[in-house]
Amino acid sequence: MSEYILILVSTILVNNFVLVQFLGLCPFMGVSNKLESAMGMSLATTFVLTLSSMCSYLTYEWILQPLGLEYLKTLTFIMVIAVVVQFTEMVVHKTSPLLYRVLGIFLPLITTNCAVLGVALLSLNKNSSFMQASLYGFGAALGFSLVLILFAALRERIKVADVPVPFQGAAIAMVTASLMSLAFLGFSGLVQL
Amino acid sequence: MSLLAPSSPHAHRPLSTSHVMAQVSLATLPALGVLTWLFGWGSLINVMLAVTTAIFAEALILKLRKRPWRILMDNSALLTGLLLGLSITPLAPWWLPVLGAAVAVVVAKQVYGGLGQNPFNPAMVAYALLLVSFPLPMSLWPQPLSLQAEPWTFWEHLTHTFTGSLHAIDGYTGATLLDAFKHKGALTAEEFWLQTPVAQAVLNATTGVSLAYLLGGVYLLWRGIISWHTPVAVLASLLILAAFFYGADPSQYASPSMHLLVGAGIFSAFFIATDPVTSATSHKGKLVYGAGIGILVYVIRTWGNYPDAFAFAVLLMNFAVPFIDYYTRPRTYGHARAQRGIK
Repeated sequence: MSEYILILVSTILVNNFVLVQFLGLCPFMGVSNKLESAMGMSLATTFVLTLSSMCSYLTYEWILQPLGLEYLKTLTFIMVIAVVVQFTEMVVHKTSPLLYRVLGIFLPLITTNCAVLGVALLSLNKNSSFMQASLYGFGAALGFSLVLILFAALRERIKVADVPVPFQGAAIAMVTASLMSLAFLGFSGLVQL
Repeated sequence: MSLLAPSSPHAHRPLSTSHVMAQVSLATLPALGVLTWLFGWGSLINVMLAVTTAIFAEALILKLRKRPWRILMDNSALLTGLLLGLSITPLAPWWLPVLGAAVAVVVAKQVYGGLGQNPFNPAMVAYALLLVSFPLPMSLWPQPLSLQAEPWTFWEHLTHTFTGSLHAIDGYTGATLLDAFKHKGALTAEEFWLQTPVAQAVLNATTGVSLAYLLGGVYLLWRGIISWHTPVAVLASLLILAAFFYGADPSQYASPSMHLLVGAGIFSAFFIATDPVTSATSHKGKLVYGAGIGILVYVIRTWGNYPDAFAFAVLLMNFAVPFIDYYTRPRTYGHARAQRGIK
């Protein structure tokens, strides 16, 4: 049990995928302009990331490893992620039009989120069981959502600040992200995995 | 009779920014005095360097942006430099406070458009940056003067700050108490205090500094410069967590009084966390914000890499402030219905 909690603390705070490992920066910068869209993106990413880390773990364990095809893992995982995203979009579209409207435009974007592929690949080195791999994906998604939502709220405030012209827009967002990354260094050492 | 009181409204002089900043600066003076008295001239030199750099950097940016000079009169650069100079070690070489103050004013404040628009506390951004970049000089504290055979004079200390030629003798320096306690290894808390003979003297000295900060904080509360919500929430959450773990295993965890009096606890609760720009706005928001700082400090102090985590905890909660404000908006009287009890 404590091992599972450690995995969550590690992926959400200590090794946060965005601010410590610098993965998934494109949606972090791109979708953080408004709080509402950031929440939609977080919801969609959490769902897809958990599912895709489960699927890629199973694919690796049951198909790639028995056949000795480990070197194909990057290609395979990209395929798996695309399938999961497409599948999720279809299911949500048919079952819940409301959720589809909320998540709709964000779902295809997730295919190109490098954090999703990063989680699937990194998870292979660190996790040995199905439960660990799925929690790893879930924790990574929670960490992504946490910083994305907080960052979006912060950016709404910066938008009305009297920022010098050369720093407006993406530049000040980058400066803010770097200061947040500095703050997240404070968590280093909490968990040794 | 000309003594009749006029009817309301009674207009009074509003609080100006420069007045608030000057009052806060004034409230740090007892602690600066105690630091100088107990640990030597270092803090005073740090403060002078940091304040000069901060004001100079602010003036430079104002000139570049062609803003009016009177912005400089709001005393905020003075306070930023003062807080930074107080928080770094008295043994710091000159470039630590200078670099820190420049980063605080330029990167953490002016890039966002100046006072009132910076999301992160400038002094804490600088402190965290220095701690991450230069961990060794930042974590070296002098022993209290009472333990030093021949304390440095002001000029000797100034020479050390600028040239580093007077190497601090080993007996004069050491890790901070929180740092030493953190790396006590297999010792229990009781053995730690017995095995570290100087610990008691250091404990007394840091307690003195904390009490001086408390004095300044109470003054600010009395003058109505800060509200009680943030400091109380910070200290209460820190103490409750410390008491819980200390109660569970007193041999491994530091006592609540140590968490309160050693390190930057009281200083940060009253002077850093209450920064009106970067803390939450509503009273409820301030309680959430303060409690978050207290919890993060305890977690990072106890299980993290950094022995005193106030800079990181404050920055992390600064980061969460817009979100906290979003969900703790006070209800305008008469607009939405009060929701109480079970409907």
